[in-house]
Amino acid sequence: MMTLKTLKTLTLGLTAAIAAMAGPPAALAAADEVVIGDIDDFSGNYADVAGDGAVEAIRMAIADFGGTVLGKKITILTADHQNKPDIGASKFREWADQSGLTVLLGGSNTGVNIAMAKVAAAKRIPFFAIGPGGSSLTNEDCTAYTVHYVYDTTALANGTATTIVQNGGKSWFYLTADYAFGTQLQNAASKVVEANGGKNLGAVRVPLGASDFSSFLLQAQGSGAQVLGLANAGEDFSNSLKAANEFGITRTMKPAALLVFINNIDSLGLATAQGLYLTTGFYWDLNDETRAFSKRFFAKMKKEPTMDDGGYYSATLTYLKAVKAVGSTDSDKIMTELKKTKINDMFAKGGYIRADGVMVHDMYVMQVKSPQESKYPWDYYKVLRVMKGEAAFGPITGLCSLAPK
Amino acid sequence: MTEIFGIPVAVILGQLMLGLVNGSFYAILSLGLAVIFGLMGIVNFAHGAFYALGAFAALLGLQHLGVNYWAALLLSPLLIGALGIVIERLFLRHIYQLEPLYGLLLTFGIALVIEGCLHQYFGASGQSYPVPAALRGVLNLGFMILPLYRAWVILVSLIVCLSVWFIIERTRLGGTLRAATENAPLLQAFGVNVPLLVAVTYGGGVALAALAGVLSAPVILVSPQMGSSLVIVVFAVVVIGGMGSILGAIVSGLALGVIEGFTKVIYPEASNIVVFLIMALVLIVRPAGLFGRE
Repeated sequence: MMTLKTLKTLTLGLTAAIAAMAGPPAALAAADEVVIGDIDDFSGNYADVAGDGAVEAIRMAIADFGGTVLGKKITILTADHQNKPDIGASKFREWADQSGLTVLLGGSNTGVNIAMAKVAAAKRIPFFAIGPGGSSLTNEDCTAYTVHYVYDTTALANGTATTIVQNGGKSWFYLTADYAFGTQLQNAASKVVEANGGKNLGAVRVPLGASDFSSFLLQAQGSGAQVLGLANAGEDFSNSLKAANEFGITRTMKPAALLVFINNIDSLGLATAQGLYLTTGFYWDLNDETRAFSKRFFAKMKKEPTMDDGGYYSATLTYLKAVKAVGSTDSDKIMTELKKTKINDMFAKGGYIRADGVMVHDMYVMQVKSPQESKYPWDYYKVLRVMKGEAAFGPITGLCSLAPK
Repeated sequence: MTEIFGIPVAVILGQLMLGLVNGSFYAILSLGLAVIFGLMGIVNFAHGAFYALGAFAALLGLQHLGVNYWAALLLSPLLIGALGIVIERLFLRHIYQLEPLYGLLLTFGIALVIEGCLHQYFGASGQSYPVPAALRGVLNLGFMILPLYRAWVILVSLIVCLSVWFIIERTRLGGTLRAATENAPLLQAFGVNVPLLVAVTYGGGVALAALAGVLSAPVILVSPQMGSSLVIVVFAVVVIGGMGSILGAIVSGLALGVIEGFTKVIYPEASNIVVFLIMALVLIVRPAGLFGRE
């Protein structure tokens, strides 16, 4: 007598056989595995923003979910995009074709993520853009499969620029990284400054990875602006702030960091970074839940998680919950499920994914503590205000064809 | 305020000073490269990595052994220079009879290994090295506020560059070194230990890179990739000065620092290519470089 179980096994075997005959082993993998891909900068400038820490966060999320979903094994694939869009896109394509990839998590670098979003649309695979800042990912470059998860240039500008203008920093001069991300960030901040009654006095476009920022800083000082807007990131941000301190520019101008991760503050030290305003989607020391997560993370990585690490954890959990709810890894069903379910975990409370792909959640405007205020290791930020998701990410712009105004 | 071409004189003087500071780093780094190329014929692509190693040696010394800045200024170049000698004995000496391309590839490989190791152990974020207490103030030059430390960099650089130029061009040791490049077998016949001389020369060039690393540690973040972008510019500086020309490396290092500084005011977007533009022009007009022998 044929039992239900043997019937199931037979069907499964048959499917596998057909899949094998069809050629790509991908289908086989997809049938009994959930494959999470992570393409990020593992060796360059941004490797400490997510990188290995983010992979640990994915592992933690899988473990917390129970290790399997729908009885299927969960596999992680990782690749270093070396900050080159072509490498990121071709790795994504390769995994989609040959490794049965079911979801992709994208790390740092807006340029690479825009290239990967195009592959996500072509291969119809859910794509969580976690590390990039460029808000074009949910505007001009939006796709039905993209979720922009942690932060974007709009939210950063709304948080930091609004706070500073309201505190009296009315006139701005920008030090802008001369590429897509820097200009998007500067434009977003300029709009916010003007909308709040401030003035933009000018900007200097600095080539990426400049070895010395003092010339640019003296130009900023010469403008007579009250606020030095740093529309750059990573090492460029750290080196420009360091030089601003050395030249005494921070005594006459208030520096505004438009994108900072906690590892940057750790590198610079509080003596240099104190007083800085910044906006972040996550901080390890916000509440008991974030502290519990961070304690486990710290045990493995010997550093506190960045907002991207927190985002990787949350995105992995969100995806696995959707797979469980839908009962399969079918991309379209999962996207529908993702866009109708609230996200509640240690990273986001009541977060939701909008039609244009933005994951709307609260953002935090922080100020870096002085060395005297800091009581224990990594005690770097104080929360100035919590920005509601809608205020942070702003209304739907209409630039994304999936989400009319 | 007086203006030249619409730019206030104070701004011009300020950028001139900053250009000299950056030029000082270029000069020390390109000097090391020029010594290594001029006396050994090796295009040392690992120079940027040794620069980073010099800075890391100072940082680790301070964090773990309590070695202060002043001691690091001496110890770090000695230590990294010794490492250079080991690398020369183990690897470089086997390729002298081959085309220069092999030296370039080998040193490029060494650079990748060093930077990869630093990356593995220290991560990409970089760390801060404090400005030594004695150099923490600022100088008010009237037209600008110059941090004391930057003035110190110019001073050290000038002393080091002139000393190296003097040793190589004006002393007996320098004469022997130059003789080794002209005719090594003959010099060996006179009883001079040429392999040792060559190894020490490489160590000396590497030590100069490490010294530049220690000097820059308080100014920029100490990170594994700190040398990789700088080394390309420094190569252009050496080509402009004339491959292997000591004086050429020093003069063009300082001059290009200043030119780059002015570009940052006039058209900032071009500041990272102006050096290469000049290199292209020099190669067209004087292929051997400004101070090179045709």
